[in-house]
Amino acid sequence: MKKGTLKQILLITDGCSNKGEDPAATAALAFQQGITVNVIGILDDETEESAGLDEVEEIALSGGGVSQIVYREALPQTVQMVTKQAMTQTLQGFVNQELKQILGPEQTMEDLDPDKRGEIMEVVEDMGETCDLEVLVLVDTSASMHDKLPMVKEALIDLSISLNARIGRNRFSIFRFPGKRKDLQEVLDWSPKLESISHLFPKLTSGGITPTGPAIKEAMHAFGKKSLLRRFKHEESDVEEA
Amino acid sequence: MKNLMSKKLDVVVQPGVEITGKWHNRTWRIKQKLGSGAIGSVYLCEANGKQAALKISEKNTSMTMEVNVLKSFAKVQGARLGPYLMDVDDWEAPNGMVYAFYVMEYLRGESIRSFIKKRGDVWLGVFMLQLLDDLEQLHQNGWVFGDLKTDNLLVVHSPIRIRWVDVGGTTQIGRSIKEYTEFFDRGYWEMGSRRAEPGYDLFAFVMVCLDIAYPKRFAKGTRPQLTLEQKINHARILQRYRKPLKKAIRGDYLSSAEMKRDIIQILDHLRPNNRRNVRQRYHSTQLMLVESGVVSLMALIFYLISLLLA
Repeated sequence: MKKGTLKQILLITDGCSNKGEDPAATAALAFQQGITVNVIGILDDETEESAGLDEVEEIALSGGGVSQIVYREALPQTVQMVTKQAMTQTLQGFVNQELKQILGPEQTMEDLDPDKRGEIMEVVEDMGETCDLEVLVLVDTSASMHDKLPMVKEALIDLSISLNARIGRNRFSIFRFPGKRKDLQEVLDWSPKLESISHLFPKLTSGGITPTGPAIKEAMHAFGKKSLLRRFKHEESDVEEA
Repeated sequence: MKNLMSKKLDVVVQPGVEITGKWHNRTWRIKQKLGSGAIGSVYLCEANGKQAALKISEKNTSMTMEVNVLKSFAKVQGARLGPYLMDVDDWEAPNGMVYAFYVMEYLRGESIRSFIKKRGDVWLGVFMLQLLDDLEQLHQNGWVFGDLKTDNLLVVHSPIRIRWVDVGGTTQIGRSIKEYTEFFDRGYWEMGSRRAEPGYDLFAFVMVCLDIAYPKRFAKGTRPQLTLEQKINHARILQRYRKPLKKAIRGDYLSSAEMKRDIIQILDHLRPNNRRNVRQRYHSTQLMLVESGVVSLMALIFYLISLLLA
């Protein structure tokens, strides 16, 4: 059986967008094309109000993903949790669709008795463990994020540790927004591990605007890149050897 | 938002409320709240005069996954590893929502730390052996505990035994660890992967020991392995176990049975020439004398009372 690939955008931000399209709309567009958008909103400390982060939940909702607002210190655990939750959610969505086809339009998992539900969840977990996964990390590098970036880096390395313990294969890429002259700039091209990012992050310089919407839209296209396909074919043999 | 939702659940589930399952029709009367975590809240409940713990949540998926784990525990023959599962069902609450819940055996006990503080360091050795035994059995059955941490362990009485309370992190060997806590996680300490294998649990096992020795915990530092080894060296309560603990954090044990053998050897060596142990034994004989005295006195009193009543 051929296993599919799950596609996720992981947006890490600390505030509101202020340029370009509505990010909830571009997230909905991405979701329509089979890409889930997850959002993590970072707070400085206990004193900060989460008012500026209302957008976070809205983007994830329309992007079919998971959102979470956290303090800086909790970032590593949250990033891996959100990613895994979103995978389960997406896979469960597929399973629910299948169920509707088999059992009728009104049937969802909640309408099954707990035993059957348990069996289905086992299948969902199996799929989550074995499917291939592509995560495009979208890091907000506007001025206020500056002192949070070291923690973001740590969280991404941690995410790579978690996901690479799975049976299925992973691909990560990192983009930042705003970029030097454009809305979105590539930091790391698709790669199976994130350990290589330690030397990539110091390069980030923080700017003033936050074009979240346009960044999501452009990130969508990064999934379709030809180079990715080529690389997949290349690496396939490596993985098998390992 | 999430807080708001669980608050709603708290409003509906109050002491005295009766929760009846949609599928199996069993009724559980809520007595008090025991605690709440990332996935739902746990309540003390009662049915037919028997107490049980009821976990309820709006997170259907996560609850189903937890139930799956509890069920797999039931398949592990012999020892009772996790809490015993009594009922799994849905509750159609008066507010129109449907919540998933499950009912399990209510374990009453205390934390390892407070128990050891009261009853002495010797118990650490006992608990270590008990835990390694349980882990061995779990591993033999193809599972890894995953989220092994001090908070997930409870000392129950008669007989005094360590029990696992939260089994939500239990993962099949060879997969990625489902749930973990940073301080106890091998990946966080840069000492290995998050793949489920016996060595993952043994690392967390050492961290439980360190957590008991250093209740305030400690930071990772720039050289995690060095930090851990130093902390093992400097803890008085862990002194005699230094060697196996260090071996376990390095991942040199392939099974918990192997580690258990090393610890038994240490405990055996200790007995003949350890003065403190002798004194303790003397102390316990003294205790026994006092105890038997009290018992015979009580018997005498009861005998006298029964004479009077007759």
